[in-house]
Amino acid sequence: MGMTMTQKILAAHAGLESVVAGQLIEADLDLVLGNDITSPVAIHEIEKMNVDGVFHKDKIALVMDHFVPNKDIKSAEHCKCVREFACKNEISNYFDVGEMGIEHALLPEKGLTVAGDVIIGADSHTCTYGALGAFSTGVGSTDMAAGMATGRAWFKVPSAIKVVITGKPQKYVSGKDVILHLIGTIGVDGALYQSLEFVGDGIANLSMDDRFTIANMAIEAGAKNGIFPVDDLAKQYMEAHSKRPFVVYEADEDAEYEREVVIDLNTLKPTVSFPHLPENTKTIDEVGDIAIDQVVIGSCTNGRYDDLAVAAEILKGKKVKKGLRVIVIPATQQIYLDAMEAGFIRTFIEAGAIVSTPTCGPCLGGYMGILAEGERCVSTTNRNFVGRMGHVNSEIYLASPAVAAASALTGKISDPRK
Amino acid sequence: MKANGHVFKYGDNVDTDVIIPARYLNSSDPKELATHCMEDIDKDFVNNVNAGDIIVADKNFGCGSSREHAPIAIKASGVSCVIAETFARIFYRNAINIGLPIIECPEAARGISAGDEVEVDFDSGVITNKTTGTSFQGQPFPEFMQKIIQSEGLVNYINAK
Repeated sequence: MGMTMTQKILAAHAGLESVVAGQLIEADLDLVLGNDITSPVAIHEIEKMNVDGVFHKDKIALVMDHFVPNKDIKSAEHCKCVREFACKNEISNYFDVGEMGIEHALLPEKGLTVAGDVIIGADSHTCTYGALGAFSTGVGSTDMAAGMATGRAWFKVPSAIKVVITGKPQKYVSGKDVILHLIGTIGVDGALYQSLEFVGDGIANLSMDDRFTIANMAIEAGAKNGIFPVDDLAKQYMEAHSKRPFVVYEADEDAEYEREVVIDLNTLKPTVSFPHLPENTKTIDEVGDIAIDQVVIGSCTNGRYDDLAVAAEILKGKKVKKGLRVIVIPATQQIYLDAMEAGFIRTFIEAGAIVSTPTCGPCLGGYMGILAEGERCVSTTNRNFVGRMGHVNSEIYLASPAVAAASALTGKISDPRK
Repeated sequence: MKANGHVFKYGDNVDTDVIIPARYLNSSDPKELATHCMEDIDKDFVNNVNAGDIIVADKNFGCGSSREHAPIAIKASGVSCVIAETFARIFYRNAINIGLPIIECPEAARGISAGDEVEVDFDSGVITNKTTGTSFQGQPFPEFMQKIIQSEGLVNYINAK
């Protein structure tokens, strides 16, 4: 029986000719990732293990991004713990303030994730690197600790859903609309324990930043991972960013899929997820009149260059609605610099938005944009759960950077195409 | 090994943000995390939970963030077992890795109500609702995971290897 792309990568890393869905395997890891929230717990666990240091100092990435620059004493203590661990173990890919960015934007940019890799990260959005044709998945801190110690992790080989993307998106329709539409179609547990295997001629019409956004939110459908075929655009990206060799895996013709979902980019509309689940989607013309208090443009989902570019295009020469707080967060220092050189930062500030240093901050209700009771936010982030960005009675509407920017001008959820 | 306690019942898609909100993730101390367990879905939980109590939920329990703080908070609050129709996969791994017993059983999720007294036999996977007198057969763990659970977590399992 044929294998999916995910199954081929897992088989190769488990030293097996082939694997089947449901099989338990142990696979070699190319990269183990942690952040300032999950790493301290992992470090505490690894200290309990009978091991002498980490399995490979170059195959671990520690990124301080959730509560940095530190928001309080406790988060500063967490970062100090990770900093000391990185120093003691000579971790080469330790990223602190000044070098850091939001992990899932930073690691591909630094060339640490390439096609064919098996990557675990103690952060649920680790699935982002599937955009490059890697198997990458989120785990907890104990798995991270075991991965750092042994360079291996256990997996149950996932069955798969085939997502066929066709056509070409209209202006102001992006990867965010693709993934919100998919989650709205299959539900927040629609891909539970499964891989989302993206295929189809429409992928050629999606930028790398679109693909990162789509793979990033595979977890919001419950998926173990999301993965894209490696085309010329992906190869160009990796060649520009990484010195590491990559390995291209392709699904077998007779690979098995439990289900097939088709997404036609030609007819896809800007899509918004209503509170309090990402699956509560409506197209922009079904939204109605929803007044908002805050707009957030950023995160590991939508804080990349293309995201800032489209927001700047919509905001250029205009003013955000009086009384609205608009927060723009470039995901990495490099994106920040590129946005500055392109004039986007000036556009945002002149429009009345603020621009922050890279941080996960408001996405998880950490800091930098917490909502009060009854407030509403249009956000390009990934989750709109109860209390995610602040008060339990606040509301988050997930949308693309184009919808967020258009909404910033009007003070209500708005169609960027108008 | 058996668990016995009264039930806290929740619905679909209980996410890790309501189990332990991120505003408390500047701590990794289990005792401190436990004082905020379930705060954004059930603010009375921490006042009412007793050692041994059991959480029963519908589908996709523990969805969202990979924060291991979520099963840690539940375990430290005294909960002896979580039964659900299905679990989100990262939560499932995390619970096993830290030694919080969890069982998938759609019939039990439907047949158990808040406040019921429930007994779980981890060896047989049998879940008994002592209040109504009904029993359910939970999903047994694969052998590989049983070894991790018997070692009381992944760290001990690796140390023993």
